[in-house]
Amino acid sequence: MKPVGKIRPKWGILPVAIFLAIWEITARLNLVPGHFFFPSFSEVLLEFYEMSVNGILLDNFLSSLTRVLVGFCTGSMAGLAIGILMGWNNILDNAFSPLISLLYPIPALGWLPLLMLWIGINEILPIAIIFICSFFPVCYNTATGIRNVDRKFINAAKTLGASQVRILITVVVPLALPTIFTGLRLEAGMAWRVIIAAEMVAIPTGIGALLMKAESLMRIDIIIVCLMVLSLMCFSFERFFTYIEAKLTHRWTCHDRH
Amino acid sequence: MTAIELRNIENYACRGVNLKVFSGELLVLLCPNGAGKTTLLNIIAGLTGYRGSVHFDGRPIDELPTQERKVGYLFQDLVLFPHLDMASNIAYGLRVQRWSNEKIELRVKELLRLFKIEHLAAAYPWHLSGGEKQRVALSRALAPYPKILLLDEPLSSLDWQTSQYLRFELKDLQRQLGITTLYVTHDLTEAKDVADRMAIVLEGRIEQIGRLEDLQTGPWAKQTDQSGIH
Repeated sequence: MKPVGKIRPKWGILPVAIFLAIWEITARLNLVPGHFFFPSFSEVLLEFYEMSVNGILLDNFLSSLTRVLVGFCTGSMAGLAIGILMGWNNILDNAFSPLISLLYPIPALGWLPLLMLWIGINEILPIAIIFICSFFPVCYNTATGIRNVDRKFINAAKTLGASQVRILITVVVPLALPTIFTGLRLEAGMAWRVIIAAEMVAIPTGIGALLMKAESLMRIDIIIVCLMVLSLMCFSFERFFTYIEAKLTHRWTCHDRH
Repeated sequence: MTAIELRNIENYACRGVNLKVFSGELLVLLCPNGAGKTTLLNIIAGLTGYRGSVHFDGRPIDELPTQERKVGYLFQDLVLFPHLDMASNIAYGLRVQRWSNEKIELRVKELLRLFKIEHLAAAYPWHLSGGEKQRVALSRALAPYPKILLLDEPLSSLDWQTSQYLRFELKDLQRQLGITTLYVTHDLTEAKDVADRMAIVLEGRIEQIGRLEDLQTGPWAKQTDQSGIH
C-alpha cells in the first residue's frame, strides 16, 4: 500500500519551474514593453524578502490568516453540526432545508453591504463573511453525505444492538467523511479568495487591503507578492484537508484510489 | 419448543403468513426472487413494518425495536462496515453492548479461530474474497450470542465451489451451536443440503411447510417448474 496524504510534487513541479523561467527571461530581455509593469520573478522574490523582513507582509498576512481561521473554523463547525442533524433527522431536514436552499446560492460577498451596515467596519465583519462563506457549503455537503449513507449499514448496526446515536457516530459519520471533506476542502480555498476580496473592498488591513494599496502606488511587484501569498495559502489549506482526509479514510478507501 | 412464531403477518409483501420455527432447528425458506422472503426476515428483525404478531419463545416482541430483538442477521450482500477492520467488524455488536475489552478480545479471537480467519483480523473488507467476507459477516452476526440467526441468501454471492463447501460448514456450525436459524434461499439443492425443515414461500404466502420428503409428495412439487425455484 502506498503512503498517502503526502505532497508528492514529482513531475508536477516541472511546469511551474518552466513557467517561472519563461517569466524571468521575458522580463529580463524586455520582451514585454514597459518593464515597470512587468517585473521579473527575481525582483518579485526580492520584494517578497524585503516585505517579510520589514514586517509589512507578515502583519497583513497574520490579519488575513486570523480572520480566515476564526471564520472558517466557526462556520465549518456550525455547518458540520447542522448538516449532520439535517442529514440524520427528517424533521430537522424539512425545517432547515428550505432556508438553506434559499440562502446557499447567495455569494458570500453579496452579504458584504448588508453586514457592513449591520456590523460596521470592524474585525467582526471579515469573520462574519468567512463564516457565511464556509457555513452553507459545508452544511449542504455534510447533510448530503449523511443522507447518502446506504441504509443497509444502518440496518446492520441496528441488528447488532446499536442505538441511533451510536449508529450516527460510529457508522454514518465515518462513512460520510469523504463527502464531508469534499466540502471542507473546497471551502478552505474559497475562504482565502473571499477574505482577499472582502479586504479589498471594505477592510483596511490584510493581504487584500495591501493589494489595493499596492495598486494605488502602482507597485506591480507587491501586487504579485500578494497574489503569490494568496495562491500558496489556498493551495496549503486545500492540501491540509486532503492530508487529513487521507489520514482518516485511506485504509478503507484505498481500493477507490488504485 | 417453538422459538419463533409468526401469526398472520401482513404487509406490502406478505399475505397472512403463519409460521413456527422450533428451537435449535434450521428452517429454510425456499422461494423465487421477489416472493417476500427477505421481507419476512426483516419483519422478524424489526426492520420493516407489519400487521400481525411475532413471538420469540412464546412472548410477543412486536413492540421491541430491532436493537432489543437479539437476532443475528447475515444480510444477502453481507454489509461489512467498510471503515472497520475485520476484528472491529466482529467486535462491533459487543462494543455497543458494552462488553469489557478483555471479553471482546477473547470472543473475537474465538470466532476468528472458529472460522479459520485469524490472519484477516487487521484486514479491511475490500481486501477480502467473497468467502472470507461471508465468514467475517457470519462471525459478526454470531458474536453477541444471538437467540436467533437469520441468513438471507448467505451463499448467493459466492462461486459454486465455495458455496458447496460453505453450506456444509454452515450446517455443521448451526448444529454445533444449536442456534435457531431461518435460512433463505432460492436454490433447491442448497436448501436440501442444509434444511431440517423447509417452507415454500410464493407470492408472500407460505405454500407448504415440512420435511423434504413431505414436500416432495405435496402439491408444491408439481409447481416447482413454474415457481422459478431451481
